[in-house]
Amino acid sequence: MGSSVQVPAGASERAFHLAEEHEHEAGSSTLLGFWLYLMSDCLIFAMLFASYGVYSGSTAGGPDAKELFDLPFVALNTAMLLFSSITYGFAMIAAEEGKKGATLRWLAITGVFGLCFLGIELYEFSHLIHEGAGPQRSAFLSSFFTLVGTHGLHVTFGIVWLVTLMVQVAKFGLGAANMRRLMCLSLFWHFLDVVWIGVFTFVYLLGVL
Amino acid sequence: MAGHAHHDAHAHGHGGHGDAPAHGSRREYVIGFLLSVVLTAIPFALVMTNAFADSRITAGIVMLCAIVQIVVHMIYFLHMNTKSENGWTLMALIFTAILVVIVLSGSLWVMYHMNLNMMPQMSGEMSTM
Repeated sequence: MGSSVQVPAGASERAFHLAEEHEHEAGSSTLLGFWLYLMSDCLIFAMLFASYGVYSGSTAGGPDAKELFDLPFVALNTAMLLFSSITYGFAMIAAEEGKKGATLRWLAITGVFGLCFLGIELYEFSHLIHEGAGPQRSAFLSSFFTLVGTHGLHVTFGIVWLVTLMVQVAKFGLGAANMRRLMCLSLFWHFLDVVWIGVFTFVYLLGVL
Repeated sequence: MAGHAHHDAHAHGHGGHGDAPAHGSRREYVIGFLLSVVLTAIPFALVMTNAFADSRITAGIVMLCAIVQIVVHMIYFLHMNTKSENGWTLMALIFTAILVVIVLSGSLWVMYHMNLNMMPQMSGEMSTM
């Protein structure tokens, strides 16, 4: 069948890609790309919410949401994340004004709130596991730990990213590249807060109700 | 939005840059934060004090607050608008929202009926087949 591959005359001029890319500003598409990543992340959380919704009644005779969840604790956690959101906003404003010291300070405060959030969540997890309500107890608890744990992992990586960026900003200042990175982390951080709204509403509040 | 970085220099007096939509000002963050605090406090207070005897009313208000708060976050913290990236961010968001609604409502609906119709202990009550 060699003849079928033969290139007809004149076809060699057909171009399947642009010979020369026109100029793109470095990183001009980063934010759109990052936004698309966040949207796909949103779908992961949608799946986890759906499985939690399906399994929330399947307690296998074990403890249910009403017995396990401690609302004042969750309220404290929510406050931590909300505070970290506004302090990150202040960090972005300081960065836009070119104030390096203030940016680093606000980023550090954001990181501390993030760590408080994680600490409280890990305490809650260990408390549940000690009470015999670990992820292996029932389908309800498996899906609870998966959903809330995935959110916690996101926050953990957000903090790692935050510390990395603090080092970057301290060393290289607030150039265009670092501004772009700060902007991406801003989207990531606020996105995690949006997911947390879903968690405290559908898992904790409606669970206890 | 990254392209804004080089003409941020003129936005030093942060009081008067109403034409920079992507970033948001201190005032915007504070408004968003205060709205979020109120929209978080209301559902927590309702559930913790058992304000309504009928839990369905509470559930409805709690979910309504969550939806409003998500919109508040989108506008004041994530700075969503119809213009950024020629509207592609908004298109992606709407597309994702549609998928999320399909996934959630579809899963809950299908699995609820699976449970109802196929659980062995239920088949006695529902002896339709």
